[in-house]
Amino acid sequence: MNEQAPRGVSVELVKVGRSFGPAIALDDVDLMVPAGSYCCLLGPSGCGKTTTLRIVAGHESVSSGDVLFGARNVTDLPPRARGTALMFQSYALFPHLSVLDNVAFALKMRGVGKQERWARARELLGVVAMQEYEARMPAQLSGGQQQRVALARALITEPQVLLLDEPLSALDPFLRVRMRAELRRLQRRIGITFIHVTHSQEEAMALADLVVVMNQGRIEQAGPPREVFNRPRTAFVAGFIGGHNVIPWQGGSIAVRGDRLRLAKGGEGLAATVAALEYQGSFILVTATLADGTELTAQIPDDSFDAAPLAPGDAVSVGWEPEAAHALQ
Amino acid sequence: MRRRGIGFWALGALFWAYVLFLYGPTLTILVLSFQGPEGGLTFPMSGVSLHWFRKLFAGGGIVDIGAAFGRSMRLGLLAMAITVVMSVAAGMAFRRRLPGGAVLLYTAIASLIVPSIVTSLGIALQFRLIDDLVNAWGVEDWTTAMGLYTSGLGAHLTWTLPFGLLIMFAVFNRFDGRLEEAARDLGATSWQSFRHVVLPIILPSVVGIGLFGFTLSWDELARSSQAIGSVNTLPLELQGLMTTVTKPDIYALGTVTTGVSFLVIGAALVAIRVLQARQARFGSDAGK
Repeated sequence: MNEQAPRGVSVELVKVGRSFGPAIALDDVDLMVPAGSYCCLLGPSGCGKTTTLRIVAGHESVSSGDVLFGARNVTDLPPRARGTALMFQSYALFPHLSVLDNVAFALKMRGVGKQERWARARELLGVVAMQEYEARMPAQLSGGQQQRVALARALITEPQVLLLDEPLSALDPFLRVRMRAELRRLQRRIGITFIHVTHSQEEAMALADLVVVMNQGRIEQAGPPREVFNRPRTAFVAGFIGGHNVIPWQGGSIAVRGDRLRLAKGGEGLAATVAALEYQGSFILVTATLADGTELTAQIPDDSFDAAPLAPGDAVSVGWEPEAAHALQ
Repeated sequence: MRRRGIGFWALGALFWAYVLFLYGPTLTILVLSFQGPEGGLTFPMSGVSLHWFRKLFAGGGIVDIGAAFGRSMRLGLLAMAITVVMSVAAGMAFRRRLPGGAVLLYTAIASLIVPSIVTSLGIALQFRLIDDLVNAWGVEDWTTAMGLYTSGLGAHLTWTLPFGLLIMFAVFNRFDGRLEEAARDLGATSWQSFRHVVLPIILPSVVGIGLFGFTLSWDELARSSQAIGSVNTLPLELQGLMTTVTKPDIYALGTVTTGVSFLVIGAALVAIRVLQARQARFGSDAGK
């Protein structure tokens, strides 16, 4: 990279709406992504996260609202005037160009001479450790290699914001974890703003400074991963990020993490029946059913389970420490 | 080795019967065109010679084959060029929501369904109306707007364009639009994205459309028959010869025209190979 590496810029959505005919894809979304942070847009398919990303990239127009980069309003700017780069889910490498020419593409479009753009492309291939593959065609690369090339191709434009659309979903689980770590390292190193769309809460937890949980065109909760995990704001967030039980409580509902539930035969707590047991190694996953049919899953450490074993059909009482419970909106 | 079932042999026989039916006639003509000087239009061969080719190129026949050959060649190349440009442009246009696109498509395809001879007649009548109109305006020395490059070219395009269009639809059906989005994201203008991404990827199909356009025009007969004007294309001359010539020089002519078709296709295939090899060696800087 250059000595003055391009620094990130903050990305702000102000009351951004997007409808496709009668269908509302985004409903007055407000979001502030600080400069240089790693933001993950998390949600089920159809929640509006990809639409949000494409609006930031400029590949999708807004129906209402504004998109700001720093103090600059980019709402009506085309993609190439924005200083963003988008990494596509399928990578969208040009199949007829070599790895080197794929990476150099943006410079070629700007009329940069061949030697200069190739030198620069080789530099970027170095950043993603793909120099040896410069003469290959995309079809001759594995998924992980294609992703690195796509990353280099996006970064050659020196974007202030890098947008990633489910970048890890096409990789096998082993590679996914490795590339995840590499993405995070890269983001730290070049210091630009990353906005990363994913449906995997594990990915979002591992990567993000800012997790944005979306559902039905709205933001359910935005915050640091620990905050979102420990204090889910709504039942949807609690359900989607996993590991939580949503329990009806005093007319509302509360969320309690599965590893904070205690099951005992007799004693204080909600009456429940053990429905199933699953051995998971370091803990036992116990499914219990409340009288109203609500299913709870508790993670019981193997030593405490062995001290007081349970069997399907057992009547138990479910309890938790008061500070482990969070009221949901 | 596994024993072949009866199905294998039955299908094999069917396949070879098909091949024979497809290429048998061409081969027969090819063989007969080398008929000896005393031979006639049918087997048996009475010797082997180049006599009829010599006679063909010496001219002196009833019609000027060389001129017809040139006309067909020029018309074919023109039809090819127009078909390629219009098919690619239309293919691109139809990828967006195009108001009235469905109607436009059906009218183009309908031209394949209407009998060729009817299309040809229609074109001829239409041009006669134009002539009447020009005459009514009092233009002096006006004979007709019909001709090789007006009504003749139009007739050929009614045949070549729908094919080119259908091929282009199939191509763009499989085309990944995200590639263009990626190009735009990397700063390409619409033209750059077409020139550097879309065109190189669809180029083999575009060459294919060119081949189609040329060969469809090169051997077109029915649509030309009423609409070609005062001069004849090669197939029309051939048809004329069929009724008057009783010597094997018509076979020699058949062999030569078939040879031209193969030459054009062969040249195109070589061109594609060379392009691909160049691209693999030098990256994609062709034409920059």
